Amino acid sequence: MRGVVSGVAAPLMRRNVDTDAIIPSREMKRVSREGLGEGLFANWRYTDLATREEAPDFVLNRARYRQAKILISGDNFGCGSSREHAVWALADWGIGAIIAPGFGEIFQANCAQNGIVAVVLPEEQVDAIGAEAERRELRLTVDLGACEVQRVGDRALPFSMKPREREMILKGLDPIALTLSEHAAAIEAFEKSDRTARPWA
Amino acid sequence: MSAVPRTLFEKLWAAHEVAQTDDGQSLIAIDRIFLHERTGTLALQALEKAGRTIRHPERAFCVMDHIVDTVPGRPGLTRMPGGAEFMTATREAAREAGIRLFDIDDPNQGIVHVISPELGIALPGLTLVCPDSHTCTVGGLGALAWGIGTTQAEHALATGTLRVEKPLSMRVNFAGRPDPAVTAKDLILAVIAKHSATGGLGCAVEFAGEAIDALGVEGRMTLCNMAIEFGAWTGMVAPNQDVFEYVSGREFSPRGALWDEALAAWRGLKTDEGAEFDRELELDCEGMAPQVSWGTSPEHSIGVDAQVPEPSGEAGRREAMRRALDYMDLAPGQKMDELEIGAAFIGSCTNARLSDLRAAAKLLDGRRVAEGVKAICVPGSMTVRAAAEAEGLHRVFENAGFEWHESGCSMCFYAGGDGFGGMRAVSSTNRNFENRQGPGARTHLASPATVAASAVAGRLTDPRKLG
Repeated sequence: MRGVVSGVAAPLMRRNVDTDAIIPSREMKRVSREGLGEGLFANWRYTDLATREEAPDFVLNRARYRQAKILISGDNFGCGSSREHAVWALADWGIGAIIAPGFGEIFQANCAQNGIVAVVLPEEQVDAIGAEAERRELRLTVDLGACEVQRVGDRALPFSMKPREREMILKGLDPIALTLSEHAAAIEAFEKSDRTARPWA
Repeated sequence: MSAVPRTLFEKLWAAHEVAQTDDGQSLIAIDRIFLHERTGTLALQALEKAGRTIRHPERAFCVMDHIVDTVPGRPGLTRMPGGAEFMTATREAAREAGIRLFDIDDPNQGIVHVISPELGIALPGLTLVCPDSHTCTVGGLGALAWGIGTTQAEHALATGTLRVEKPLSMRVNFAGRPDPAVTAKDLILAVIAKHSATGGLGCAVEFAGEAIDALGVEGRMTLCNMAIEFGAWTGMVAPNQDVFEYVSGREFSPRGALWDEALAAWRGLKTDEGAEFDRELELDCEGMAPQVSWGTSPEHSIGVDAQVPEPSGEAGRREAMRRALDYMDLAPGQKMDELEIGAAFIGSCTNARLSDLRAAAKLLDGRRVAEGVKAICVPGSMTVRAAAEAEGLHRVFENAGFEWHESGCSMCFYAGGDGFGGMRAVSSTNRNFENRQGPGARTHLASPATVAASAVAGRLTDPRKLG
């Protein structure tokens, strides 16, 4: 179901996780949106980039988190480069939702374009569930329809999302088709008057 | 007379608002779209696959900059694993789409945010987008420009518009007159250090004040370039006479009667007296030293004459600082200007324009890079490179021991070269993220003058001390 992600949550509790860290440029090896999961967090995940020897302590390499569906992280997640490959790499690896106190804006928009739920929660709540996910296997459900992060035996944590981004994920909308069907006349009219107003543009 | 005073941002926004949607977004008309081989080609391919066309191919452009080899003669075309496929695919996609491509052998080739103003593709009062986060650079001309993802680029190409939630407006006021050695790069690093890497989140930021008025056109672009490192949606500076003269006569700039009309419109591109911003921040420039970064976020910046700070603030910030110190192999209290460097880089969309190269060359003239320091200069465009060579700057760089490269993004992110893996590097770029310039590379961001002075001294150095 669109907008519902259930599974183990993996804690990557650091601030400013940038898109170069999520997928280093050198890991973008083909002109494709596919198969990028192997390069996900490559500099942290592998001790040797060439042989792909795993760093045993990195969160996604630990047995408990290998099937994680949700990532919990610090503020400003996805800052830096606009590369949508960061979102494609997370999705390819298996991440469907990310919970953080805040996101880089371009990354957040890229998530919505690809059906990934970027959940903003207050920092103390993120820290608390991050610590819990560190202590034990924490299973969460991110339910975008209900706008809640749900936990068994505990109260749900409500969150909000921009209406358009929420709708895009829930309905799997194609924004280009939507714009062309809803606003074709407005675009025509704008361009006509703009040619008079700004002929130099 | 307009009744309500408006900000520069309000004026730019209103001039491009096609429609408001019922979910709180606006449809914004996009005047120019620039693509590059790393992220743009996928957008062109996806459009073609979906059977869609580009609404205004004459307003779309593409360049090879990100992964091109910058070693003189470009012997390998690219040094990025799998990079050749990106370049071939870009040529094919641009040809199919019928858009102008600035290929590696084009005399106008260079880093997208350097060539878009050089060619008059970016102009005051225009909206410009590119699937690249540093698109905000051309806010320095008074354009409304911002970075987007690949899928959004498809939308812009197909519809000539983007759906955007209107950002808040912010003004950052630079108070006081900075020391002549303090450059645009130092100013923006200081803003980010003071107000954090998320200080501008959700905002269209106008930079203003005496220090900004005094900045040259290229300095304004350096300043706005790092608006993204401030977390901002974009940055901008109200254009002045210098900007109008800068854009005049360029290949895609308006001419004749159209130029007069444009100029008349551009003269109104400023914040009206009494206009209100959603947020206002301030930075005191008085007594500020040239800045360098010490950590792994641009917010980890400090005066080059200062000491490595002690982790402080709330828990998350302290932890991030500790982690950064560990990665950078530094301890609190160490003097920044005693840190020895192994590499020096002048390049990138932040600081590789002609004025940047002149500032560095002034310090390098008659001097040599310290023994064992790998020093590279990569001009921001082939036009910059040619102009620098016409002044003999390449000889100054080469005589000082710098490599003199062809243009491209290059070592800003470990693309067109061997990388600074494991080295401590001083760099005129924009991101000091872990591993950004190569595995284990420790990057200190600084102005071109500080990079040049540091290269000569072999350690981070205040350019004023070199005389």
